[in-house]
Amino acid sequence: MNIVVCVKRVPDTAAEKKLDPSDHTLDRESGESILNPVDEYGVEEALRLREAHGGEVTVLTMGPAGAEKNAVRKALALGADRGVLVKDDGLAGSDALATAYVLALALAQMEFGLVILGSESTDARTSLVPQALAQLLGLPGITYVSKVEVDGSKVTVHREQEGGHWVIESELPAVISVVKGINEPRYATLKGIMSAKQKPLEVLSGEDAGLDPAEVGLSGSKTRILAAEARPPKQKGKLVKDEGHGHVELADFLQQNKFI
Amino acid sequence: MGELWTIIDHEGGEVRKVSGEMLTAARRFAGEMNLDPAAVFAGTGFEHARERIGKFGGGKVYVAESEEFDRYLLQPQIDTIASLVRERKPSVVLFASVADGKDVASGVASKVGTGVVADVVDLEAQGERLVCTKAVFGGATVTKCQVEGSPQIICVKPNSFAAEQAPGEVVEERVDVTLSDDAKRARIVERVQQEAGGRPAVEEAAVIVSGGRGLQGPENFRIVEDLADALGAAVGASRAAVDAGWYPHQNQVGQTGKTVSPQLYIAVGISGAIQHRAGMQTSKTIVAINKDGEAPIFQLADFGLVGDLFKVVPALADEIRKRKGR
Ligand SMILES: Cc1cc2nc3c(=O)[nH]c(=O)nc-3n(C[C@H](O)[C@H](O)[C@H](O)COP(=O)(O)OP(=O)(O)OC[C@H]3O[C@@H](n4cnc5c(N)ncnc54)[C@H](O)[C@@H]3O)c2cc1C
Ligand SMILES: Nc1ncnc2c1ncn2[C@@H]1O[C@H](COP(=O)(O)O)[C@@H](O)[C@H]1O
Repeated sequence: MNIVVCVKRVPDTAAEKKLDPSDHTLDRESGESILNPVDEYGVEEALRLREAHGGEVTVLTMGPAGAEKNAVRKALALGADRGVLVKDDGLAGSDALATAYVLALALAQMEFGLVILGSESTDARTSLVPQALAQLLGLPGITYVSKVEVDGSKVTVHREQEGGHWVIESELPAVISVVKGINEPRYATLKGIMSAKQKPLEVLSGEDAGLDPAEVGLSGSKTRILAAEARPPKQKGKLVKDEGHGHVELADFLQQNKFI
Repeated sequence: MGELWTIIDHEGGEVRKVSGEMLTAARRFAGEMNLDPAAVFAGTGFEHARERIGKFGGGKVYVAESEEFDRYLLQPQIDTIASLVRERKPSVVLFASVADGKDVASGVASKVGTGVVADVVDLEAQGERLVCTKAVFGGATVTKCQVEGSPQIICVKPNSFAAEQAPGEVVEERVDVTLSDDAKRARIVERVQQEAGGRPAVEEAAVIVSGGRGLQGPENFRIVEDLADALGAAVGASRAAVDAGWYPHQNQVGQTGKTVSPQLYIAVGISGAIQHRAGMQTSKTIVAINKDGEAPIFQLADFGLVGDLFKVVPALADEIRKRKGR
């Protein structure tokens, strides 16, 4: 079974992020970028399924120039077979639903039994892309998956629910998004990193992907950012060293603020 | 007149707290925008839900009730709400910004061809649009945004608005549920519930007490749970505690866990790494208990207590129970 993993390049949380003041989009060149951390679990799960059932693992990403940096290559170094990149400067500023639209078009040209996404990206953090993608492809969409078992034309998964999980059985092909707890991702080996350079990376323009420019990018997105500013620094709070009565002072604070 | 919808977040008719907050906000913004407020109930157990909806204003409720909603994962909700949106053309649709709410919102939006703003913590009516406030980049940046498509689909985070009761009569409008075979491809075969001790869900709790590596072992999470129970709070955990196997992954707060913004967040034995802060720094009030006075979590704390959690936390729980008892 062929598996496609959607991966995203995101800025490193530990690095400073800047929004372009002109259009409030992320200035992706201003800091370090990495493979979206949750997507590593998606890549790992795909590799494990390939090891158990055969088939090919393709990583797919969309974005303007540079969208593949540190993301697709990393996934290839971890063991994915090939990469597909929908690259078009018109894609800059696409929101979650516009992103899903582009991914759906690219997937329509591919053969797969399962599409795996991360449960959320660390920059946008909307978690909207996976279900939107499932709807656009007309496939079952199962999000927040913490376990996957494939059996012929059927997949059985655990979907995280507050305080537990549900066991879901679905027909294939399907679209799933995975959570961090699903597995323990491997590290890229030196050999993996070297061989990644030889692996096929197919680059599609917006036109190759067949997309309507009016549906993507900043102007085609149906949500608009009006303003963005850094969160104002927090006012310095009270710091108390416990000398035996710290808990009483804290209880006073909680009571004053009506938590008790 | 156009309508402003609130999609009721519930489990088998048990209405979640966030719905009361949303119904309160919906009344206010419908008034300001000259729209009719209406609620949408999809699932089973409406008789039970009716009373809660009535407490928060009542009014028109579209009721799509069917056992099928409990048999299959979300697609029946997505299809039913999408077709209701196409038919009735509401101006605004509010969902709860929790896992299922966002999923259904995203599915509906892609079916009807509009946009979604998720994780919204505040709203402001400007003419026909609702301007949404949300945090991005782990709370480091605050943005204002809006949906330009129609309807405006907006997911509101729990604890963003105060719920205010305003009893009103519920006027039910039954919605026909007809599902295609495609809506029945993902079947729920089993629901596995861990022992949660009756605590609220991390995603929507008003108060969260989280434990970290400072607890030194899984058995000591008891201390955090005990404080949580004294406050009626949910229990969270740092990634270090989760990765060590001390607490379930569902309870992890942070960049690769849940993003929460409760009224009160108490961090116990958590250093406050940037990835942890990314999940909790929008909390309204933050308390930190840590023996290291230099721990970065104190930079965020409204009240920081430098001390040994093994002494301070049980004493605090007792003190709270004592004061509550009076
Ligand atoms: C890609 C990525 C994603 C990540 N995602 C997350 C995430 O989602 N959530 C998350 O939490 N982390 C996340 N992390 C990990 C994060 O960087 C930290 O490692 C983690 O948050 C540390 O957890 P901690 O504070 O419990 O442990 P530590 O950093 O070890 O802190 C323990 C604290 O307990 C205090 N302590 C010890 N004993 C006592 C005592 N007796 N009384 C009082 N205080 C005591 C210590 O002073 C210390 O400050 C992520 C990291 C990466 C790289
Ligand atoms: N530009 C993109 N290219 C490929 N996959 C993406 C892109 N944006 C988001 N995704 C996928 O969608 C998941 C959820 O992202 P989000 O909905 O933005 O929180 C990510 O973990 C990725 O798997």
